[in-house]
Formats: sequence, structure tokens, C-alpha cells
Amino acid sequence: MAVNRTGLAVETSGLVKTFGKTRAVDGLDLAVPAGTVYGLLGPNGAGKTTAVRMLATLLRPDGGEARVFGHDLRTEADAVRTRVSLTGQYASVDEDLTGTENLILLGRLLGYRKPAARERAAQLLAAFGLTEAADRQVKKYSGGMRRRIDIAASILNTPDLLFLDEPTTGLDPRSRNQVWEIIRAVVAQGTTVLLTTQYLDEADQLAGRIAVIDEGRVIAEGTPGQLKSSIGAGTVHLRLRDAAQRPEAERLLAKVLDTTVQQEADPVALTARVGGSGAAVDAAAAGSRALAELAGAGIVVDEFSLGQPSLDEVFLALTDKAARTEEKA
Amino acid sequence: MSTATVAPESTAYTPSAESIAAVLAPGEKPRRPGPLSASLTFGWRAMLKIKHVPEQLFDVTMFPIIMTLMFTYLFGGALAGSPREYLQYLLPGIMVTSVVMITMYTGVGLNTDIEKGVFDRFRTLAVWRPAALVGMIFGDLLRYVLAALVIMGVGLVLGFRPGGGVMGVAAGIGLLVVFSFAFSWIWTWLGLILRSEKSVMGVSMLVLFPLTFLSNVFVQPTTMPGWLQAFVDVNPITQLVAAVRSVMTGAPEAGAITWVLVASVACTAVFGALTMYRYNRK
Repeated sequence: MAVNRTGLAVETSGLVKTFGKTRAVDGLDLAVPAGTVYGLLGPNGAGKTTAVRMLATLLRPDGGEARVFGHDLRTEADAVRTRVSLTGQYASVDEDLTGTENLILLGRLLGYRKPAARERAAQLLAAFGLTEAADRQVKKYSGGMRRRIDIAASILNTPDLLFLDEPTTGLDPRSRNQVWEIIRAVVAQGTTVLLTTQYLDEADQLAGRIAVIDEGRVIAEGTPGQLKSSIGAGTVHLRLRDAAQRPEAERLLAKVLDTTVQQEADPVALTARVGGSGAAVDAAAAGSRALAELAGAGIVVDEFSLGQPSLDEVFLALTDKAARTEEKA
Repeated sequence: MSTATVAPESTAYTPSAESIAAVLAPGEKPRRPGPLSASLTFGWRAMLKIKHVPEQLFDVTMFPIIMTLMFTYLFGGALAGSPREYLQYLLPGIMVTSVVMITMYTGVGLNTDIEKGVFDRFRTLAVWRPAALVGMIFGDLLRYVLAALVIMGVGLVLGFRPGGGVMGVAAGIGLLVVFSFAFSWIWTWLGLILRSEKSVMGVSMLVLFPLTFLSNVFVQPTTMPGWLQAFVDVNPITQLVAAVRSVMTGAPEAGAITWVLVASVACTAVFGALTMYRYNRK
């Protein structure tokens, strides 16, 4: 497919959208390479949905520049529309209509003649495992099936860029895995996917690059690996059998891991971040050294886990950093 | 219902990369549909919704029947000597009143419809922008025709005998439907600017009640005080009723008919444009 010179599916600079006094998107700079899955990661209210709605031509930007495959969002909206598709947070199909009717309707609106639209609907329903539900109203579908008909409707026009706004929020684990598989299959065909999510593991599973968004701005950008190592490779959580041993355990851990150890509200729990920038590979080794040290000192550990930083932790670390740089400046 | 077979099917689905690749294969993209074709497709959506939720036809069947029966027997004896006599005067007017009142559901329907995600999908399609709304009103036209036919049926049973014959009745209904199409754009605009379906309903009633009652629908304006006559004379409903009544009785009034057609074009142009302005910025 024709890609513009820069090879970018989306490029924005200083994009702004305000609602009254709220600056929902406040100077957003993005560069999404074509043919990849790009994740927009951030908490509720960070401006992810607003950004995606602007890029899908549903909202007019109040400031800044934005191009989709080189087409200006404001002056060439129809050209953008022929290349993109959006699956919103809420079902973007007609719930009163059946699966087949929804897809035929969209097929007709894209210009397929009735027999071709019917054929395409059947093909999509089969690919998404919805053949048996084809003649049921969408409002009677389960959450996972609804998501699938939604994505099927979105790829009916074989878009070059697919926006997925929190595609797995509210889904059970099985349905979530199905959606992930679908996304992988879609991107394997060369479609660019711009995905918003609140879940770090989802972005990690799918996205080649991630932009972390807070208060309408990108506060960090990079591959999942880069983002994680920038704030430390992981977190050690442990629970002791005896609360009285906690102060000693804390002292030992701080020494072995060479980091600050936090006492949790739970009187037997401790948390420590391990492996600072660039030291990702050492996290597991440091963890096991710590465990050995505690055992040697006669401290009984009931639970030990070495995990990736959660979104909360990535987020807190990044916003901390942003606050510190502002203070310096 | 084969619920027993459906449940395992929906959980056992495993996405197959091949079948998804097949549907994404870059085949020939079809040419974009023209404005009329897109509008008709949206009209088809309205038909499907009626098919799935037939209860929504209550307001175009029961309401007109009640209106016709109620006013014929309530006022007939007092105003024209007998209900049957009165019906000859009332029927075209009550038909206009009922259908014009039904037009407000276009705004209410749009207001509830647009809150759902499906309009996001429509607005990301590269089709003629007003098509979704035009198609919706096309669907409503069917409701207007249905309501008009129901009233005509009730009227004929009660003894309405139009002098204009079948052609006159058809022309009358035609004029009414043209005007209602134009009038609907006021409600689509309100449906887009007002926050809830309740407020759309409230504002619509506020406009429709005086407009339909302070007209020549129920009594001859010559019996009214001068200041009220002045309002009745400029009321568009008066012109519409005069036009419909004239063609149905077989003595078309060119002035009123022209007025209705010009007003319909003007209303569509003004409120159609206002509606699209709001729709594009929603």
C-alpha cells in the first residue's frame, strides 16, 4: 500500500483538544511507524480516547498538526476515512440489528453491491467464529462476541490503520486472548494498529512501541523493554512468617539489593525495586541472592515474587521523574 | 432456540490467522456509494429496526386512531351538528396534526441513537455526510405514510367522503409527507443540540401544541378573536391544512399548495444545514 515518504502511519505535533477548561489532549506528539502495533498507555482520563477520536476524524483538533498516511486530518478528512477504521470502547455496531445485517449495512455503505456485501459478511462472520450467531441481534451477544463483531465490522473495509480503543477492557481472560490473537493476525497482514490500553501487560504482549500518556501529553516513549528498564527491571514482593523479623529483613534486603525497601501496610510484607537502568538481566539473580541471605539469617519467607513493574509503578516512576525535571528547570 | 449448541461454540472459538488474512486480502476496493445510494442504505437500516422492534409502530397506529375518534366525537355534535358532518371538515386537519406530531420522534430517535457507538462508525465512513440522517428520515417517511393511511382508513369507516377521490387523497397525503420530511429537520437539529431525549420531547411539545391547536384544524378561524386570527393566518400548519383539505375535497388551492412546497424547500435548506453543522461537530 502507498505509504508516505516518512513511512509513518500517524504523525502529530502539538495536538490539542479542549473541552471547556479541560485540556484533554495537551500538546501530543506522536510518530507511529506503519505496519506495527503501537500502544497508547495511560490511566483513565489521560486523553487516550480523545486522541484516538481526533485521529479517526470524529473530533476536530483545537490546535497542532496531525497527519494520517500523510493526509492532513483537517483538510483531507475523507481521504483519512478511506484508510482508517475505529473500534471504540462501546459497541460501534447497531445492537438492534443481527450480526449479518450489521456487516451487510457497512458493506453497502462502503460501496459493495448487495451480493458482494452478503458474501463479505458471511466470510467475516466465519473468520470471527460468529457464523452460528449471524442471525441473532447483537444485543444478545456475549461481551467477547460483541467485541469480535465490532472488530469484524472495523476490518470490513480492509483499513491500513486500525484504531482499537481499550479492546479488552471488561473481557474475560479467554476472550481477551482471542482479541490478542486477532490483533496479531491483523497486523501480520500489514495493517497498522494503534491500540489504547490501561494494561501494561497488554501493551507488552502486542505493541512494538509504546507511548505513555498522562494529562494529554506523552511522558515517555519507546519499546516495552526500554520503558521497563528505564524504571527498573522488576519488583520483589515478599511476605514473612513473623512480623517481628521485618526490620531485620528490611535491613538485609536493602544491603543485598542495594536499593530502598518499602514496608507495606500488611505488617509482614516488604517491597523492593530491583535492577536499575540497564541492569535488567540482573534482577532474577539479585532476587535469588536476597532469598538465600534471608534464609541464612533464619528469616522464614512465606511468599516471594519477582514481577514486572505494574502500570502503577511505571506510571508513578515516570510522573515522579517528570516532577523532578520540572523542579530542576 | 438452540441455546445448547450456541454456548460451547462461542467459547470454543480460536482465531485463525489464515481466515483473518483472507478477509484482509487487498482485493479491489469498491467505489464509494453515491449520496442517494448511501441514504437508501441507511433507510434500509431504519426498516430493519422496525422489523426487529415492531412496537415502535404503536405511535403511528394507535395514536392517530385515538386522535381521530376522540376529536370527532368530542366536538362533532357541538361544532357541526353531528360527528359525521364534522368529520368532513376535521379529517384532513387531524391527519396533519397527528403526522406532524409524529415527526418529533425523529429528533427523539436521533438523540438516543447518536449516543450509541454506532454513529461513531458511520461518521468514520467516507460517505456523503448527511446520508445517515437522510436515511433515518426516509425510514420515518414510511411511518408518516402509515399514520396517514391509518387515519384515512378510520375516517372512511366513520363516514368521511372526500370529494377529490383517490387522487385527491393521494395528493393530500403526498403534500403532508413532503412537508413532514422538511419539518423533520427541525427535530434532527434539536435532537443534536439538546442533551437528553426528555428535553427533545419537552421542547417539541412546546412547539407542536400551539402550532397544531392554534390553527384551522378544529374550527374555522373566522370564529376566533382578531389577534388569534392573526397568529392562525401565519401559522404554517394552517397553510398546510388548507392545502391538504383543498386537494382532498377536489378543489385545489394553488396559493396554499405553492406555500407548502416553498416552505418545505426553505425549511429543509435552513434546518438541514443547521443539522449538518451540528452533526459534523458532535
